[in-house]
Amino acid sequence: MIAALIFVISTATLLQFFVLHCRAILAHSSTIELSDRVRDLTGITNQHVGAGEFHRLLQLVRLCPERGDDRKEIRVVRAYYAFLAILGRATQAIVPSIATWTETEQRCCSYFAAVALDRRISYSRDLFSQQVADRL
Amino acid sequence: MLGSYFGAVCLASILLECYVVVCSVYRRHFVSELPINIYMLSAAGVTCGLSFCIYRFGYSSRQYGYYYYYTDLLLTILMFWVIIHFYQEVFKEMCVSRYVRVAAVLLLLATAFFSYLVVHQNRNHLLTMRLVVEIGQNLYFIGVVLTYLLWGAVVKLRETRTRLVQLVLALGVYFSATACSYAIGNLFPHLYLPFLRYLLPAFGVWLPAAWAYTFTKVPDNARMVAGALLARAR
Repeated sequence: MIAALIFVISTATLLQFFVLHCRAILAHSSTIELSDRVRDLTGITNQHVGAGEFHRLLQLVRLCPERGDDRKEIRVVRAYYAFLAILGRATQAIVPSIATWTETEQRCCSYFAAVALDRRISYSRDLFSQQVADRL
Repeated sequence: MLGSYFGAVCLASILLECYVVVCSVYRRHFVSELPINIYMLSAAGVTCGLSFCIYRFGYSSRQYGYYYYYTDLLLTILMFWVIIHFYQEVFKEMCVSRYVRVAAVLLLLATAFFSYLVVHQNRNHLLTMRLVVEIGQNLYFIGVVLTYLLWGAVVKLRETRTRLVQLVLALGVYFSATACSYAIGNLFPHLYLPFLRYLLPAFGVWLPAAWAYTFTKVPDNARMVAGALLARAR
């Protein structure tokens, strides 16, 4: 009986802490403005990035040279996105409000991916400029 | 295959735990974050011992089981010191650190006594190992409760230190996941060997990995509103 109670409470707190931990990682990126460069490249016109854009943006991120310091962040956010996708699909028919919430969260994940892309493009440009300067 | 899994988990744990301590020394925060550093060094030492146990006796041996659970208990008690440290950080301006310490010690004693009572009642069909698992489950659950209350205090007192917020949340994930695993182990003992034996050491990697990330990526002066995380969750 006690073990069952501990199991239920721990599962609930685990979900809550995991979601909050991912939000804490996403919180920083949500305050960053996207550059025009990334908007042109990805076709994002306003501040909101679609929930389904995450994988496409992540593919673009992978095409850029790695900065080395954002790999862990991307991995955690990708896991969070996958968790949200499963939760969204599971609750779509039963509790639509949860499905709506997961979509909002997925949009934050997509925005995070866009910010990561922006950073990597800047990094690639810096690398390129440095190489050109070295040759000269 | 099995050996390489445990080997990889042990190696990752040791490296990450040492990395957290090195970060702390590099930033000259070793003394101010003493409980975290002592815990990380102890955890690294315990993991080295665990690797030796696997090498010497094998991962399915009784010695490995005893070593794992008993050292895990000691580490959990050390972790309570870390939680008290976080409480003291959050309540720093209120000058209530003495009360926090007394409350934590009383809670620890009450948990040990409660676990003893549970095992004493069922002493006819229980082994000493069961006592360790029972105490482990209860201690981790107390850890969950303490971390949850700590998170409540962080939100209520409008704590803004991003690093502290992330450290507390990572701790919450660790305690909840481990307490959940122990509870599953108690509810379904047949799941221990095929499932939990692999999962529990992996949870041990989560905490040093998350803390290493926080110490590396989040600067000392980074600020955020913890309450905003909850507000966005609604």
